[in-house]
Amino acid sequence: MAYSDKVLDHYEHPRNVGSFDKEDASIGTGMVGAPACGDVMKLQIRVSEDGIIEDARFKTYGCGSAIASSSLVTEWVKGKTLDEAAEIKNTQIAEELALPPVKIHCSVLAEDAIKAAVTNIREKRGEISGSEGAA
Amino acid sequence: MKKPIYMDYSATTPVDPRVAEEMMQYLTAEGEFGNPASRSHSFGWSAEKAVEQARREVAALIGADPREVIWTSGATESDNLAIKGAAHFYHKKGKHIVTCKTEHKAVLDTCRQLEREGYEVTYLEPEENGLIDLAKLEAALRDDTILVSIMHVNNEIGVVQDLAAIGKLTRERKIIFHSDAAQSAGKVAVDVNEMNVDLMSFSAHKVYGPKGIGALYVRRKPRVRLEAQMHGGGHERGLRSGTLPTHQIVGMGEAFRLAREEMAVETDRIRHLRDRLYQGLQDMEEVYVNGDMDQRIAGNLNISFNFVEGESLIMALKDMAVSSGSACTSASLEPSYVLRALGRNDELAHSSIRFTLGRFSSEEEVDYAIKVVRDSIGRLRDLSPLWEMFKDGVDLNSVQWAAH
Repeated sequence: MAYSDKVLDHYEHPRNVGSFDKEDASIGTGMVGAPACGDVMKLQIRVSEDGIIEDARFKTYGCGSAIASSSLVTEWVKGKTLDEAAEIKNTQIAEELALPPVKIHCSVLAEDAIKAAVTNIREKRGEISGSEGAA
Repeated sequence: MKKPIYMDYSATTPVDPRVAEEMMQYLTAEGEFGNPASRSHSFGWSAEKAVEQARREVAALIGADPREVIWTSGATESDNLAIKGAAHFYHKKGKHIVTCKTEHKAVLDTCRQLEREGYEVTYLEPEENGLIDLAKLEAALRDDTILVSIMHVNNEIGVVQDLAAIGKLTRERKIIFHSDAAQSAGKVAVDVNEMNVDLMSFSAHKVYGPKGIGALYVRRKPRVRLEAQMHGGGHERGLRSGTLPTHQIVGMGEAFRLAREEMAVETDRIRHLRDRLYQGLQDMEEVYVNGDMDQRIAGNLNISFNFVEGESLIMALKDMAVSSGSACTSASLEPSYVLRALGRNDELAHSSIRFTLGRFSSEEEVDYAIKVVRDSIGRLRDLSPLWEMFKDGVDLNSVQWAAH
């Protein structure tokens, strides 16, 4: 299967690889996927007091499309509000990276990762309760 | 060094130039293009002579009588003809078949079809090293067992089953013994009589011959009967109708002749290369060989790099042709069923790479592969949240993963 140039670019030069301290009050962490399914994404965002995403980091275990999807969203979320970040749709990711149908699940996972990270920081900020976040 | 580097000899092999040269003599008007079934002129006689010479070459590699070799389109067809043919012919004796979970799909899917027809199939679990426990096989045999089908060499992990020991069990009980030997011919010694096999499948393209041609060994003493699956002009003693592709058959004959003459020297050379590759990788952390390392063909190294997903690794090895045990690319997210049958967990099964070396592999290629693999594993582990958790001492089995 041939990968698109954008997938290859993100795979070979992934943006914002790494980790923040997940205990830090300004850091939201989302970890989605499962080793059994062949992909796990960890996405972290650093959020300012006024709710703007200042920085992002990711680590991904998965195929090239999964790595590219998570690398791309770390670029996209920077500068966005939490609400704006939570609006990112998997279809936008899939379109940007020209993912083939068998790789759509990679973009779904990336969307889930953002949502999980946003939920996590909102819990920390007391904007939502823990049980609400888990739902 | 030419790139990309081919390290997928178990998928297929290039045709040996000496084989291609032979084949070219049987295609054009200047060559022997006749139909081997034509009895009325010299074109047919010459073609038939070439076909029979090739049959002797195939028989010679496996210790068979040439009359026991039937031409087919490849090992998949041979497996179908052997298993369905024997099951259909002997259904009055019983309807039970024994095979193994790590067989090639050509065997497993054929058995599934027979199950739909009312046969009962026992799928043995291999041991952790990929080999079959003979006691478990013996325990699975019943009075109504008509056929045992166990491959000689596994295509993914390269382990070699003890066919002689299995053949002893089946012969004592007058059960027919079929073996898929697509991955073993030319790599390990095959002797149909020593092994007491009754039916054996072969392919040319795994042995530096052309694609689209194979053979089925069918024992004459004691005689094994099959119901034909392809009907027509009654070629191959009625077992497989269809005009014989002379050039393909000549190619397979020449490939098997070369294998017989060069196997001993070639195997030593390839084993040296495979061991060099393994030596170059084994000191890395969290690296696991899949399948028994001793009962294994010389050219195979199937290895799991824990916490790195196989498809992303293959993407990193873009100058190399290798294959992943993970079938992620084929739209299913299932890891290799062979590795799962060995009891490998999902992470390890998703992290496997199969390197298979062969006739044209070189030391230079192996050294390049070691360097690229080591660099790529380092880079991908830096990207891997699982590796980070492992390094932090997190037990991945204790994590509640969100299934998707």
